[in-house]
Amino acid sequence: MPGLGTSFGRGAATTYQQDLAHSDSVLFMGSNMAEAHPVGFRWPMKAKENGATLMHVDPRYTRTSALCDVFVDIRAGTDIAFLGGLINYVIESEQWFKEYVLNYTNASSMIDERFQGTEDLDGLFSGFQSDETSRGYDAKKGGWHYSRSDDGEPLRDPTLEHPNCVFQILKRHFARYTPEMAAEICGCTPEQLIRVAETLCRNSGRERTSAIVYALGWTQHSTGVQLIRAAGILQLLLGNIGRPGGGIMAMRGHSTIQGSTDLATLYDLLPGYLPQPIAESHHETLDAYVDSAAQSTGYWSNFRKFIVSLLKAWYGDAATPENDYGFSWLPRLDANYSQLASFDRMSRGELEGYFLFGQNPAGGGPNAMLHQEGLRNLDWLVVLDWFETESSVFWKDDPQGPPAEDIKTEVFFIPVAAAPEKEGSLTNTQRLIQWHDKARDPAGESRSDAWFIYELGKQLKRLYAGSTDPKDQPLLNLTWEYDFRQPPRLPDGSLSQIDGEPDLERVLQEINGRSLTEIDPQTGEPRLLAGFSELKDDGSSACGCWIYSGVFPSPGRNRSRERLRKHDSVESSWGFAWPANRRVLYNRASADPAGKPWSERKKLIWWDEATQKWVGKDVPDFEIDKSPDYRPPNGSTGMAAIGGHNPFIMKSDGLGWLFAPTGLKDGPLPVHYEPIEAPVENLLYPDQRSSPVVEMFPGPLNPLASSPTDEYPIVATTFRLTEHFLSGPMSRFNSWLNELQPEMFVELSHELAAEKGIDPGSWLTVQSARGRIQARAMVTRRLRPLTINGRVVHQIGIPFHWAFAGETVGDTANQLTSLLGEPNISIHESKAFTCQVRAGRSEQHRSPNPTKSIASWPTEEPVPDTPPHAQPEGKFKRGQ
Amino acid sequence: MYRDSESLAMFRRTNRSDSSRQPYSPQTATKYSRLRGAAVSETICPYCAVGCGQLVYTKAGQIIDIEGDPDNPISEGTLCPKGANAFQLAVNPHRVTHVLYRAPYSDRWEQKTMDWAIKQIALRVKTSRDKDFTACDQTGRRLNSVRRVGSLGGATIDNEENYLLKKLFTGGLGIVGIENQARI
Repeated sequence: MPGLGTSFGRGAATTYQQDLAHSDSVLFMGSNMAEAHPVGFRWPMKAKENGATLMHVDPRYTRTSALCDVFVDIRAGTDIAFLGGLINYVIESEQWFKEYVLNYTNASSMIDERFQGTEDLDGLFSGFQSDETSRGYDAKKGGWHYSRSDDGEPLRDPTLEHPNCVFQILKRHFARYTPEMAAEICGCTPEQLIRVAETLCRNSGRERTSAIVYALGWTQHSTGVQLIRAAGILQLLLGNIGRPGGGIMAMRGHSTIQGSTDLATLYDLLPGYLPQPIAESHHETLDAYVDSAAQSTGYWSNFRKFIVSLLKAWYGDAATPENDYGFSWLPRLDANYSQLASFDRMSRGELEGYFLFGQNPAGGGPNAMLHQEGLRNLDWLVVLDWFETESSVFWKDDPQGPPAEDIKTEVFFIPVAAAPEKEGSLTNTQRLIQWHDKARDPAGESRSDAWFIYELGKQLKRLYAGSTDPKDQPLLNLTWEYDFRQPPRLPDGSLSQIDGEPDLERVLQEINGRSLTEIDPQTGEPRLLAGFSELKDDGSSACGCWIYSGVFPSPGRNRSRERLRKHDSVESSWGFAWPANRRVLYNRASADPAGKPWSERKKLIWWDEATQKWVGKDVPDFEIDKSPDYRPPNGSTGMAAIGGHNPFIMKSDGLGWLFAPTGLKDGPLPVHYEPIEAPVENLLYPDQRSSPVVEMFPGPLNPLASSPTDEYPIVATTFRLTEHFLSGPMSRFNSWLNELQPEMFVELSHELAAEKGIDPGSWLTVQSARGRIQARAMVTRRLRPLTINGRVVHQIGIPFHWAFAGETVGDTANQLTSLLGEPNISIHESKAFTCQVRAGRSEQHRSPNPTKSIASWPTEEPVPDTPPHAQPEGKFKRGQ
Repeated sequence: MYRDSESLAMFRRTNRSDSSRQPYSPQTATKYSRLRGAAVSETICPYCAVGCGQLVYTKAGQIIDIEGDPDNPISEGTLCPKGANAFQLAVNPHRVTHVLYRAPYSDRWEQKTMDWAIKQIALRVKTSRDKDFTACDQTGRRLNSVRRVGSLGGATIDNEENYLLKKLFTGGLGIVGIENQARI
């Protein structure tokens, strides 16, 4: 996520869940951790047992709120205003951590004098350009960059007094975000905001640390990236990054959402956060690409090693210095190919074929009707899944869809192995890579996704064999040999009956990387790399994803499979956390500039004078022997340009970025803009209601209520329940979970229910500019009307788990949501949009039918190899 | 929890030695956990990103139970309702276990073999790719891309599968529209 990456250097949670037990206060915002990540929530609860203060700021009162000491309810979509209020309070009350801020952040850096902020330009930054075809920022013209001396060194003002230094720009930028103003926008009181601010200030500093936890409640906004930036700024000002009990914990939603981002099943990234080349001259050749993407200072100065090693891993011997290691074979981007943009095109018939690997856009995609229209407009679709999800039966079971004889899409359903039927690794929300073993062969004809991809690759290589067409050379040269060297065995010692399963430890070894010039005498193969510091830029190393290097450092040592408990705080021998098994990122900041722990209570790593090394409980996220006294000589490049007191080694200046001179498309600082659909104007910047650079997908299937209207006066937000998962493919085919959470509903306040004449448990209809759903009303006190700028604003909450396939079915929250793209990462805005609510339902509305099971459940089959008296209770027949 | 079930079995054996003096029925005296003798695999919960550890028990190639792994430092044996459902997720009557095919404009599934399906899919990919592959756009910029075929998903499968998918589709075939749940 660029929100974290731009602030600190890496797009990942800075800490790990267990470390929340060491926090003195925790702020949950955009996360209902107790219900969405209940097992992770035990760690902040341990902190609470130790006396920490837990705080929840959210549109809904949830179980997280119930377990916190402080709850503030705010209007959905106003989080930046609230965080801006906290930042304002920290600066104005002078409670920021001065030594940390001065040394570890870019507070003293001078910004080009052409830069103008939202104070000067009524809600815009300098560099904004708008014409009929495009709207966007030119950061260079806007002067967002650092001022530099004649010899290229960034200028600094350690007094933090100069009007062009970052600290003063920050102070001016957030001057409007007074507790009173923020409270007015959010619908809370200034006292509530000040209480949160004071709690954070009191629990930050040398002796104490505070953490911030967020989840999809922050990301799914048109300002999602800037929202996380605001949290980054707050934590940098309080000195909480890189320290035990501090940090920003991003709670992600899927078992390896972090891993799939790292390994880059994303259109704009190659594995390890290397940019997918674009169709511009500065990405034409490898040299030009490296020049434009690498940094001359900081760890990204090694960029060439990463891309050359990736190309060697993909194209093997065919990648040579003469052909730029096959760089020209990589496809170039000429447009946005994100999910949203792809389905926008698909809905207009511009795509032919598509694969779905365990994702269900027909239920889970924002604006589900548009996603369904997309699937109906394909020529062919391959669905790899366990159950007949909405995305595989849209042609027959969608109650709102056209009849099957009008739908052209050819559908292949490939049944895939359940999780315990295959092995492989998952990267959890704290960057921890954990291997899972295979317990049995896949049921019936199902196969692992890996088997399918491997086999498809082999088939395609056969179909293209012998081609001399240049377009086919990357496929023909692709290294694709992952067979098991010995037949794989199952846990009971028997041989697997599956032919053609790839050996995923070989894949993980490729990801880890090898030295191509050294042969390991033990295996007769190129030596596995111990870590990314061994990578070379001359083609003598191959590495599929540089940040994972070290996960498989020697034959037989799959560190993601290591399971050694030490019963210490870090548990460094359980799994492998990228990068280099570091558990707290930027942990150089856990020591003061001189290298001593800020306090005994909060020590993590420190400089050991005797050995001249960084030592401590965690793997140092720093050059191990770089003294805290080291100061780079002028003109230094690479890591030599990073001082011994600069903890953020991925940034070009080694500093945490309060102000982001590069890397973001919607401004160097966060701004409160109203959601694209909001019932009120922007009180802070009346001339700039919403973000000026949001990507829009206009069309008849995607109308927006993009200015406040009486037609849609109510704020809606979507949410997750503990007992269901996403759009339901992994929960609504499960009777145990359906019994716990059997039906779609909409949550609303007593006040709104009374106003609309809706009885608890009765039917209601919700209408947005896109569509309409019907559901039962759950009337609670967990949502309450807020007073915003003198008028009452109601909010409703809609769980997003139901759709038309499964044992329990219901209308889909995503029939209401819209397609629009946050400017940096093209995420949608399902956490804040507008709607109207009325009592009752329409008789014409076509409701979905539940999926019937063809087999009985539970089965009456006895447990094999187990005598009757050891069979589970309940399987005894009466009288036996 | 095989370590614990072993100790439980030991406790029962100890108890049994003096069962002649205890008022136990033969059924009670010989009763033990069905997990005894099962093979145990260490796995990770497939639902959210917390990363809870799970133990999978199999007998005769069948999964007979899945429960929390007490050694996992994040979850320490606990699971949420979804994690506790991992058994029913894997051993489930709704699971599709053979290839299904829907011809254009048809109103039903047909059952097909995996071998047939994968060959057909490879042909579809090749036909669409050969038609769509663009070496350069109208202005002469290098693209080498396939833009009318795409893929979605990755966050619920394994890391290695994501890597292979990106490598084959983007690195081998030139398909640019590769996406996963990160934007959802």
